[in-house]
Amino acid sequence: MVGGVGGRVPHKAKPPQYTPNTKQQRTVRFLLEDFFDIVKKRFNGNSDEDTKETVKCPRCQTNILLERYQELHKVCPNCNYHGRLTFQERLEITVDKDSFTELDSSMISRDPIGFPEYPEKQAQLRESTGLKDAIVTGTALVKNIPVVIGIMDSRYMMASMGSVVGEKIARAFEYATENNLPVILFTASGGARMQEGIVSLMQMAKTAGAVKLHSDSGGLYITVLTDPTTGGVTASFASLGDIIIAEPKVLVGFAGRRVIESTIRQRLPDDFQLAEFMQEHGFVDMITDRKKMKTVLAHLLEMHGYSPKEA
Amino acid sequence: MDEKKTAWECLQIVHTKGRPTVRDYIPMIFENFYEMHGDRLFGDDSAIIGGIGKLDGVPVTVIAQVKGRDINENKNCNFSMPHPEGYRKALRLARQAEKFHRPVVCFIDTPGAFCGISAEERGQGEAIAKNIAEFMTLRTPVISVVLGEGGSGGALALGVCDELAVLENALYTVVSPRAFASILWKDPSREQEACNIMQITADDMLRLGIAETVIKEPIGGAHNDLDKISENIREYLSPKIREKLQKDIDELLRERYNKFRRIGEFTE
Repeated sequence: MVGGVGGRVPHKAKPPQYTPNTKQQRTVRFLLEDFFDIVKKRFNGNSDEDTKETVKCPRCQTNILLERYQELHKVCPNCNYHGRLTFQERLEITVDKDSFTELDSSMISRDPIGFPEYPEKQAQLRESTGLKDAIVTGTALVKNIPVVIGIMDSRYMMASMGSVVGEKIARAFEYATENNLPVILFTASGGARMQEGIVSLMQMAKTAGAVKLHSDSGGLYITVLTDPTTGGVTASFASLGDIIIAEPKVLVGFAGRRVIESTIRQRLPDDFQLAEFMQEHGFVDMITDRKKMKTVLAHLLEMHGYSPKEA
Repeated sequence: MDEKKTAWECLQIVHTKGRPTVRDYIPMIFENFYEMHGDRLFGDDSAIIGGIGKLDGVPVTVIAQVKGRDINENKNCNFSMPHPEGYRKALRLARQAEKFHRPVVCFIDTPGAFCGISAEERGQGEAIAKNIAEFMTLRTPVISVVLGEGGSGGALALGVCDELAVLENALYTVVSPRAFASILWKDPSREQEACNIMQITADDMLRLGIAETVIKEPIGGAHNDLDKISENIREYLSPKIREKLQKDIDELLRERYNKFRRIGEFTE
């Protein structure tokens, strides 16, 4: 900018500049400077907290100190939105300590339609997240009750469903069917994985089929909908639980918000496709706070005849 | 025979005005077709029709997505984008078929399930999920045929079957190429590029193990000869239905499950 430098110089040199001469004048000046400093600090937030990271709640837009948000297991203290957990965070608050044994831990996806840079992108994500794909499955104990559990992690390509997610879920249900175990799935997904084309669409049939056989054998399947559960995952195994629980304020839907908005050419209400909306319309059994989830799961398991393991 | 066409060329053929729709095919393929309406829960979706008729003397249930042949027909059938009640009607008729040991023939022809407020409120995801799961164990033969566009979960809801056939120029996609470009590249105008990268032609479906059969179209596309294409579809369906009816039903269900169980590419 041409005026940038030039604009500042005359301002500094602008006469008559106030220069404190007497002691009293100097005191006034310091007081004023202190006052402005305080105002500035208040306005920008406490200087101590300036250095701390905050997160913005995607639902109510409140800024939350990251430390506090972590303490609350990523639940917004203002509106109770239940944020996205990593696989490890979810596992820790859901199953008994050291009870988890992973199934199919080395499975990684190939590149069924030869999509440009898909293998590279995956290698990168495996490196940065420590995950092999968007779901981890295994066996575990919930308050000493044996279960098959699956946890989706949105850090991995928005937890989209490709060959690995489909195969691991199908195997988890088959394992549960063979061993008369209940299944608990924590769902989160942007939907089918575009990079695997039609092969990813078919995972909907594969997973839904495995759920159906588990169901026909009398097994209990509890779905826990977490943020966000959408698209082909909503349209397959996520909607097929005997009991469907959702965490508060999470996004659950089939079509994307933007897609619908562009179809109807108007803005959708803020609560559209939230867990509460889904419950109101009859597609969610209950909305359960994260801090109560483990207890609720254990109660439900127990009432379906799954008993704690003998010590 | 036509030269090998690109997916983009197929899409142009599928979008050709005058391409036959299921309303053209039904009287050519089935005798005494009676349409059945409604899901018994909410309403009657016009994007999916269903009913019973005879295929070479064998009573079958027909469930089909309906495209319009002109703008008025398209408005009436919501451009073949079903609402949840359409999928629930399909499931009701499939159950009826199961009860009376009638094979089911599904015709897929949709850009995708309808995306809108009403569809979400009535559980589009649940309706599709339910169909996929229930068709997997439906105790009667199911054959599906992709007539034009097989778009996304909205197509798969009629696509869980013992065998899938795809018309020569028809396409089966995870989402429409336009949406694919929009999702991956934030640029819907790269539709053509998406189309050719996605592997969505009838031949791709054979190679990926998703379809078992490609039904030949007349030169230039189905719109050039309705008699011929109808005959080709009937000649595929008639023996196929008889073959599946011969099978032990538990064996058939095992094969159906395994057909989908096998799809996926991974290493361990």
